[in-house]
Amino acid sequence: MPKLTPEELGRWQETTLKKAVAKSPERQPSFETTSQIELKNLFTPLDAGDDGYLPDIGFPGEFPFTRGVQPTMYRGRFWTMRQYAGFATAEETNQRYKYLLAQGQTGLSVAFDLPTQIGYDSDHSLSDGEVGKVGVAIDTLKDMEILFDGIPMDKVSTSMTINSTAAILLAMYIAVAEKQGVKSDLLQGTIQNDVLKEYSARGTYIFPPQESMRIVTDIFAFCKNNVPKWNSISVSGYHMREAGCTAVQEVAFTLADGIAYLEAAQKVGLDVDAIASRIAFFFCCHNNFLEEVAKFRAARRLWAKIMKERFHAKKEASCMLRFHTQTAGCTLTAQQFENNVVRVALQAMAAVLGGTQSLHTNSRDEAYALPTEGAVKIALRTQQIIAHESGVADMADPLGGSYAVEALTNEIEQKSVEYIRKIDEMGGAIKAIAAGYIQKEIADSAYQYQKDIEAKKQIIVGINQYQTEEAPLQDVLRIKPEVEEYQKRKLAQVKAERNNERVRENLAALKKAAQGTDNVLPLILAAVKSYATLGEISDALREVFGEWGSGL
Amino acid sequence: MARTIRVLIAKPGLDGHDRGAKVIARALRDAGMEVIYTGIRQTPEQIVSAAIQEGVDLIGLSILSGAHNRLFPKVVNLLREKGADDILVFGGGIIPVDDIPGLKAAGIKEIFLPGASTEDIIRYIRDIVPTA
Repeated sequence: MPKLTPEELGRWQETTLKKAVAKSPERQPSFETTSQIELKNLFTPLDAGDDGYLPDIGFPGEFPFTRGVQPTMYRGRFWTMRQYAGFATAEETNQRYKYLLAQGQTGLSVAFDLPTQIGYDSDHSLSDGEVGKVGVAIDTLKDMEILFDGIPMDKVSTSMTINSTAAILLAMYIAVAEKQGVKSDLLQGTIQNDVLKEYSARGTYIFPPQESMRIVTDIFAFCKNNVPKWNSISVSGYHMREAGCTAVQEVAFTLADGIAYLEAAQKVGLDVDAIASRIAFFFCCHNNFLEEVAKFRAARRLWAKIMKERFHAKKEASCMLRFHTQTAGCTLTAQQFENNVVRVALQAMAAVLGGTQSLHTNSRDEAYALPTEGAVKIALRTQQIIAHESGVADMADPLGGSYAVEALTNEIEQKSVEYIRKIDEMGGAIKAIAAGYIQKEIADSAYQYQKDIEAKKQIIVGINQYQTEEAPLQDVLRIKPEVEEYQKRKLAQVKAERNNERVRENLAALKKAAQGTDNVLPLILAAVKSYATLGEISDALREVFGEWGSGL
Repeated sequence: MARTIRVLIAKPGLDGHDRGAKVIARALRDAGMEVIYTGIRQTPEQIVSAAIQEGVDLIGLSILSGAHNRLFPKVVNLLREKGADDILVFGGGIIPVDDIPGLKAAGIKEIFLPGASTEDIIRYIRDIVPTA
């Protein structure tokens, strides 16, 4: 087959293309992705760099994993369909989980309310109005027992979006499983445990960064020895993207955080090969279809190189970037809300073409409130349609070799490398966050995106074009105000029935461990088993570690 | 010459989603207003005392967690208690439309939903704040 030469491409540009554009100009003077990557009107083998096929693209299941982490990808098994869910009480959320599993969902994903995430019990003054709102309220082991009642914890894998209080919720999960007769070494799932992005984007931090990192590495060590199938962290770009950063920034900031976690682990004597395979990632899938597909491929390749070149990983499995994806909540519109079904379907398709290991699809009503059961069903069905009807799951990396996708993959990787170099020069992700650099980059991109929408440089259907007058959505999920009182009563009852002496002893032992260097996890496990509350355990740690102000 | 409008943008409650709050703060600043952003996780008491201390004309509240029905009215009531109810309060976030009449009855002047443009919010503020 004759090779394409630059001269041949130039001939087409100078003749056929030039004539056409002279006759009717293109829609815009230039085209670019959300990461300001300029898009040519045509990508060819000259852009895709096909000379680098083996080192840069390779095969699925082999370094550098550009084409996916498993050799068979979805021909072996579909991605895990995992809808993030949780609201009101453990009782109500347990019902939603059973519904989702009955509808064919294959894993659970727990959303906790903000007091649970920030270490306050439901009866704390700062919990006022927040109990059960963005997720389920968990105060004690009792709530966790109710949450997983009738759910086989040896079979279902569970992801928990929990960070500053991850150790407490993991301990509760282990304790409930034990009561079900399931040993901790059988448990499968993930805790998010990614505190760095809490400082830079999501906001549920409690302790100062160094102390938070201590808990993170205690969790790594504990999981390695006691919960070996558990993902001890999910390094998350999702929330930074939702806060407004671009696709390139999402890759760069997430991998920079990943580097910081591994360095912290090395500092406490953990071997990278012993923990790397339990590090998972979590990305967003936004609107720009091809850029998103390329983003996942670029992230996979770059992380593989980082593991090999920077951390000298010996095992190939240590170099695999496995990730969960959620479609982009910030792209959902309140206006013409049915259109969100289409947005979510496209984003979900991009995540699948990008090779995700698990996926959450957002519901059409989430610009108004947490989703109703009916809306969640459509979102889950969207994944099932992609899996069973679209055919894209029948081969590994179907877009691999597309000139455009390979060129975008290269470009995103290169731009991310530049960002990571800048962060390295600042002393790493923790220092970059403390200096406010990451936060400023995110805020600048968010503002630019809003300006682009208002200048109609970026069209959002139903928002700045094709608007119609229509009645807003009325049928939304409502969290009853009684939930807060119910939760407080349940908490008071647990406190009345437990052995308070044992709770005091366990909390004192935990504080002692926190002051020293002993792993805090076994002490937290003992505390939750004695029905110490999440707030009490968090307070014990606050007394030792102090609190991080919200000034960032 | 018209005086400069002063606005406090605040995030009551525990939610850390401050993309909207930050974008609005910056847009109002670019529109020539003086803007103070409180940062996340502020109590209604902290917000009201900051508003009085800074002598703002109005407070923009942002909540995405669903705690708006409890916390927005709390801010208005505290302003009233302190005799500072000349400070106007508007809000935004993930707010079901059914909640809007109740919030307005409680004294919140206006609620902006996702998709609202910063230009609309700027125009709204210029309309309701007397600058003469």
